[in-house]
Amino acid sequence: MTTVTQGPTGGRPADAAGHGPDELMAVAERVAGWARTGEEVEVYVARGDETEVRAFSGAVESLTSATSAGIGIRVVVDHRLGFAWAGSLEESVFEETLAEARDNATFATPDEHVKLAVPDGVAPHVIDLWDEALASVPTTDKVEMALDLEARARTADPRIRQVDAADYGDGSVEMALVSTTGIRASSRKTMAHISVRVIAGDGDASQTAGGFSVGRGFADLDPSRAEEDAVTRAVRLLGATKGTSGRATVVFDRRVASTLLSVVSSALSGEAVAKGRSFFAGRIGEVVGDPSLTLVDDPTDPRAYGAAAFDAEGLACRRNALIDAGVLRGFLYDTVSGSRAGVASTGSAVRGGFAGTPGPGCRALTLAPGVQGYDEDGVLAAVGEGLFVQSMTGVHSGVNPISGDFSVGAEGLMIRDGKLAEPVREITVASTLQRMLLSLVAVGADVEWLPGIAAGQTLAIGDMQISGV
Amino acid sequence: MIESPVLERVLSAALRHGGEFAEVFAEDRSSSSALLDDGRVEELSSGRERGAGIRVVSGETTGFAHTADLSEAGLLRAAEAASAVARSGDGRTSTVAVTPLAPGSARSGGEGPAPGRGSKAQTLDLLRRADEAARSAGGAISQVQAGCGQSRRQVLIANSDGLLAGDDQSRSRFSVSCVATADTGLQTGYESAARTLGFEMFNEVSVAELAELAAGRALSKLTARPAPSGELPVVLAGGSGGILFHEACGHGLEADHIVKDASVYTGMVGQLVASPLVTLVDDGTVGTEWGTFSVDDEGRPAQRNVLIDHGVLTDYLWDYLRARKEGRVSSGNGRRQTYQHLPMVRMTNTFLLPGDEDAEEIVAQTPRGVYVAKLGGGQVNTTTGDFVFGTTEAYLIEGGRITEPLRDANLIGNGPEILKRIDAVAGDFAMTPGTCGKDGQSVPVGCGQATLRLTGVTIGGTAE
Repeated sequence: MTTVTQGPTGGRPADAAGHGPDELMAVAERVAGWARTGEEVEVYVARGDETEVRAFSGAVESLTSATSAGIGIRVVVDHRLGFAWAGSLEESVFEETLAEARDNATFATPDEHVKLAVPDGVAPHVIDLWDEALASVPTTDKVEMALDLEARARTADPRIRQVDAADYGDGSVEMALVSTTGIRASSRKTMAHISVRVIAGDGDASQTAGGFSVGRGFADLDPSRAEEDAVTRAVRLLGATKGTSGRATVVFDRRVASTLLSVVSSALSGEAVAKGRSFFAGRIGEVVGDPSLTLVDDPTDPRAYGAAAFDAEGLACRRNALIDAGVLRGFLYDTVSGSRAGVASTGSAVRGGFAGTPGPGCRALTLAPGVQGYDEDGVLAAVGEGLFVQSMTGVHSGVNPISGDFSVGAEGLMIRDGKLAEPVREITVASTLQRMLLSLVAVGADVEWLPGIAAGQTLAIGDMQISGV
Repeated sequence: MIESPVLERVLSAALRHGGEFAEVFAEDRSSSSALLDDGRVEELSSGRERGAGIRVVSGETTGFAHTADLSEAGLLRAAEAASAVARSGDGRTSTVAVTPLAPGSARSGGEGPAPGRGSKAQTLDLLRRADEAARSAGGAISQVQAGCGQSRRQVLIANSDGLLAGDDQSRSRFSVSCVATADTGLQTGYESAARTLGFEMFNEVSVAELAELAAGRALSKLTARPAPSGELPVVLAGGSGGILFHEACGHGLEADHIVKDASVYTGMVGQLVASPLVTLVDDGTVGTEWGTFSVDDEGRPAQRNVLIDHGVLTDYLWDYLRARKEGRVSSGNGRRQTYQHLPMVRMTNTFLLPGDEDAEEIVAQTPRGVYVAKLGGGQVNTTTGDFVFGTTEAYLIEGGRITEPLRDANLIGNGPEILKRIDAVAGDFAMTPGTCGKDGQSVPVGCGQATLRLTGVTIGGTAE
């Protein structure tokens, strides 16, 4: 075993080129200032630090420390958009990147809806996403946490035969956004996470599961929670056999339910709707779900992993009601898709860092908790008989948010007499997203904010097709 | 990108605090993409990224740091950070000398002059041609998106064993997505072509054909019935994706899973793991396929590796670190997404060697089943061997004939069981490109197979 006695310093001073938070804004303002007459220019500058530790078999398998930074520039001339980015904040790349974005704009088709965001007067919620203490946590403590997590998981249960990986990771991101249309926004946030994957063995059969814990800082992390989650889930699958085919009510574990909501959310994008790529298109005001279904996207909730003061175009994030008591009420828009639909942006632009362009998307979806106040056990008891899905595979290959076709691989446990019973694996669960929303049987009140764009809540959905033997 | 004396000094610095192995991986990548959507050229995007990742291996531990600063000072800072794992304090001084792996520099993607990024105007012309072809395929085509992407990636690898290698990789990709609309709802179709080649890829690839295939897929599914639920024989068309092997055994044969005893194939070399009709190869040297390169991201030349020979497992896939542990050499499968990532064991072009049966005859001899003309993605749990793969164009087989179209569904199976159920392989081999994701890193891969039949697979449809 290697002990790391001294790691890279955890501090976050200006980097070698002098890019602290104020410097990022200064860079963005300076480059935006190079706009020519008749040109709209938006400059997005970001910089981040990260540390990752992976433990395996009582030793550190890898320790990564890194800083990254970059710039993304959008230019709009005569309703044509061009974009360019560079993974560097060296002075020499700025002019070249702007010139490239400008050149790219000349090739786009003119489109009256193509424009940059303008300030809309909505005040941003002040949300503190920065854990000041993270910067001073010594690397040795991070390494110890990963090693401790690995050791806990390995010794938690005699049936755990391997801990595939135990990871600690943290990072900070700072960004500044300036446009010639009056946008000026900056934000910063920290993140920390641990995760563990275990293999449980019983004779020849193996089962796997993972657990994690996330937070803004080191102190938020809970290794025992991550370990227990992974171990419980892997061990309870031991002895799983291929399930039998038939129709059943399916209860989705909170983590799986969060993934389901994320998939549904792509059909709520104003861009997908405008371009006829959503099964929700043209259905505002219609019943699309069970009356117990109320869905909102609220990035102003500081508990949400995706909480943010500003969206990716620098407008204030806000609470948007999407489905209310089963009735479709709204979509999520950025500036361009809003213009196309004849409405204002809902402050819902998202982007994949400096190398991506903005588009509408969700940050913090939640369902209104069911009135019965059920936790997982409550939902299971209410359902009585069915299938509990603990993990899903093939979401990218079997769920189509345009057609609504839904078919995923699943493993979990049968529900008998309102309780978890024998484990099953190698089955699929299928329906259509449209039918699933209408067949909602129960929504748990057990809201848990998970990494990603949607909260987790236990969900029960009726009349799904199980395929097995 | 970086002069040899600088590399030598950085490697020496990386080992200053101990450790057995140090490596500098430098990368200069430029990329451009253009997107046509909703009848308009919406966005041209260009990107440039350069930097270096430095790793130091000390015992079981790897230290890794990356930087966008390729100056000697920047590299030395990264070397210092990466060496933090090796502060054993033995204080020895290492001297490193690097020598080129081969004279001249390697090129992946064509024999001609370094491929350009294609003129933007030419790219737009291709996008418009695809849009037009897709919309002409049928009045029910309601939306078309066409994308063209090109990248050039120059890499340089130097390590403390004295290796110095480089590669200059050009890749091009074109894709078309269509939506068809009818009173039965919306359906989608997708097709793409991708090569390790510059803009000259379009001398070989017809974007209109890609568009017609994508549109045809969306149109045919408008009248599709729900896919069956339960186990049925399945015929996979030649070139339908090859993802079956990528998921059913490819990932499970990656040595990082093997050395952790996290693969269902651990300890099975020499054993029969598949039907005798299965000879599976992973080969990073195949022409200009999407998973082809000259040297991998650890500086090891790409090579052809036979993984399964007539059903018998012959070997796993190896990178530097896992091979070193077993006292052998890498199989040329150490890859990483960018300089910001640690390398790991990855597939290149993974394919089933063709058989000698006739594709039509295989269908004719299948009384009832599912014919899959095109597969989408898939996913596997390497430990249990359970995997899924999705269809994007499939039909029922009734009485030995391909009949009605089916809506999309995932198929599910267990690798070692499914590989034994292959009872026919035809000769109509074809490769398809894909993007493989593992542990947060994406790399381009190829998959290939001829028409084959599986005697039974569970189909995850909704029809009872």
